[in-house]
Amino acid sequence: MQRTGAQIILETLMREGVDVVFGYPGGAIMPTYDSLLDYPVHHVLVRHEENAAFAADGFARASGKVGVCMVTSGPGATNLVTGLAGAMMDSIPVVAITGQVASYLVGTDAFQETDVTGVTLPITKHNYLVTDVAELPMVMKEAFHIARSGRPGPVLVDVCKDVQSKTTEFDYDAIQLRLPGYRPHRQTYDEQIRRAAAYINTAQRPVILAGHGIILAAAHDELRALAERGQIPIATTLLGIGSISESHPLNLRMMGMHGEAYVNEAIQNADLLIAVGMRFDDRVTGNLATYAKHADVIHIDIDPAEISKNVIANLGIVGDAKQVMAGLLPLVEPRDRAAWLSQIEVWRADTMTRDILSTTACESAPHVPFVIDAIHRATRGAQALIVTDVGQHQMWEAQYYRHERPNQLLTSGGLGAMGYGIPAAIGAQIARREDEVWVIVGDGGFQMALPELATIMQEELPVKIAVMRNGYLGMVRQWQELIHSRRYSEVAIKTPDLLKLADAYGLAGMRATRADEVNDLITEARSVPGPVLMDFVVEEEANVYPMVAPGKALNDMYRRPGAERAATGR
Amino acid sequence: MAFVDRTTQRPRAPHVLVALVENKPGVLTRVASLFRRRGFNIESLTVGHTDTPELSRMTIVVDTSKTDASLVQANLFKLVNVVDVQNVTRQPAVMRDLALIKVRIDQQTRFEIVQLMDIYRAKIVDVCPESMIIEVTGPEAKIDSVVEMLKPYGIIEMVRTGLVAMVRGSGHFTGPTPDENGNGHEHEVGSGSNGYHFDDDSRLVRSLGM
Repeated sequence: MQRTGAQIILETLMREGVDVVFGYPGGAIMPTYDSLLDYPVHHVLVRHEENAAFAADGFARASGKVGVCMVTSGPGATNLVTGLAGAMMDSIPVVAITGQVASYLVGTDAFQETDVTGVTLPITKHNYLVTDVAELPMVMKEAFHIARSGRPGPVLVDVCKDVQSKTTEFDYDAIQLRLPGYRPHRQTYDEQIRRAAAYINTAQRPVILAGHGIILAAAHDELRALAERGQIPIATTLLGIGSISESHPLNLRMMGMHGEAYVNEAIQNADLLIAVGMRFDDRVTGNLATYAKHADVIHIDIDPAEISKNVIANLGIVGDAKQVMAGLLPLVEPRDRAAWLSQIEVWRADTMTRDILSTTACESAPHVPFVIDAIHRATRGAQALIVTDVGQHQMWEAQYYRHERPNQLLTSGGLGAMGYGIPAAIGAQIARREDEVWVIVGDGGFQMALPELATIMQEELPVKIAVMRNGYLGMVRQWQELIHSRRYSEVAIKTPDLLKLADAYGLAGMRATRADEVNDLITEARSVPGPVLMDFVVEEEANVYPMVAPGKALNDMYRRPGAERAATGR
Repeated sequence: MAFVDRTTQRPRAPHVLVALVENKPGVLTRVASLFRRRGFNIESLTVGHTDTPELSRMTIVVDTSKTDASLVQANLFKLVNVVDVQNVTRQPAVMRDLALIKVRIDQQTRFEIVQLMDIYRAKIVDVCPESMIIEVTGPEAKIDSVVEMLKPYGIIEMVRTGLVAMVRGSGHFTGPTPDENGNGHEHEVGSGSNGYHFDDDSRLVRSLGM
């Protein structure tokens, strides 16, 4: 049948199971917005295009589907950049559709023309400029296939305005993909699995490093079974949180710059690292020259370019985490590894007394871990999903909230993009209407995404927004305190009255200034059926401990000063 | 980070990669952008047509004293438009560079240079009273040698194409055929192999079977 370019875009969305699009209209995408009225696609009108990309990312993480954002040419498309870069770093399947000036104007510096495929080339898994409507059906189908298969990622399709209006023959089922250079899946060999098992069976002090790839591959059961069979402790990356329940005794929890000291100590003393679906980011390894010097490394990843990129692997296995671990399981001999596990327990006990903040006693202004622990206790039985922004609160959330299930924490990991939290929560709440979606955000990141409160109201989303207001860009302030001799440079930040702001936008506003108000406020917020803006006035100059300073070894950490006195070892 | 040969402890010799890429707009940009953003050091890159109109062929010489060739290969492999990548460094291959060299001449030096160029089987493709253009083809070392010989006469300008390479024998490098889902898959090379494996340093390398 004959279809216009705009219809082809929308029918592809239907065929790919996409019923939500996050976007913002403009000149070069108008034909598609016109056709939008004829299709049962729910369009979420964000207040800034960057947030369309963040919301599509949040939607994708929460739903497991492809997130779609749609904007106009020029400024609309350039505003997507941060969101696409984040989706690229965190391997999130997003399809971005951008309008482009008419094909006969391309290259003439026309009004609102930007070379968007050029701009987004390094921050997308792949991208397309469509100047001929005959190419559009194939391109659209390829875009979804590439975004979601293999190592997922963002794909951008830049569609000229005249292409959206022209017609061509369209039969979705008849389209044969032809991607001779695209190899999303590959076979893993028995020989590699056998060698990996031999490493594991002879290891005395193994640690599994569990990354986002486990969640993306839905390999949680295989991970747990492998760990339990070999009694191998698991350290997770930030995005690997939830790959195994945080109450599982073998889950050491988060590693890296703000991982607890015992986790990093275990990695540094390991004789074998089994890295699965993680990429040895510098925030995870500390100084590479001193990283896990006694350890052999097995690196399992679906992306061959990750193997031996940062840490040279003794054995690299390119493959799907679920398939590889399932293959490995019967070859791994049951062990108790009692000596290794009890050594880690000794380190853990030390951490408990030195670093973990008491979340039971807290005077005057609460500290953020206290609030996060209170949110955790209130929501732990519920179907709750936490979205964080970026900074101190993000690290405290990772340390103090205990995630039991995968995809229960959405956070901007690789890119660390402030302003991610609120728009990502919009996407997440739309993906999981029944879930209790909480955003934990600092006063800096909140103000980056402030206009999206209007989107939350327009969409009637019951998102609970907990602002941790300390009057500082906290993580930068912490670095200035610890590394730049407390020379505070542009980190003090004023915030408008959040109660008045809530009132202006029409959502419920609440404030807690004392620790003893926190629990009641959370209870009250949860009883509100609609969105709530919570203003937690928290301790101003608190630091996230422990912390690996840049360039230092993973177990050479700033520990909490004077902690012996304050600690209770909860 | 400098990579040294494990046996000689000297900087590693350059590696030669051959890539088959889809003949589509922007593919060269994708490859160049990859090298730039990953900080890969490339000595030369040539691109040209193949016998198949849909495919172009690149020969890439990687400076392995600073850049790991397997990482370059794996990253190229990831690009959707790159159909196949082969490291031909350790394979018997014909490797050729072509140079055009414009050299200053006079009455005395003209015949001297012509004789000299005969030794290299180089061709004189243009001549005028003050200069001539010499065309010379061969392995890079040969071209280097010609350049050294001509320098005393005065090189006015020079251009080199960069290396092109082809593996000897009747095996052919045409890239994989797509599977039923339209995705590329590797050549069947020996039983149970996808054509790539990890060597002792755990680097992705192409299996050498034909």
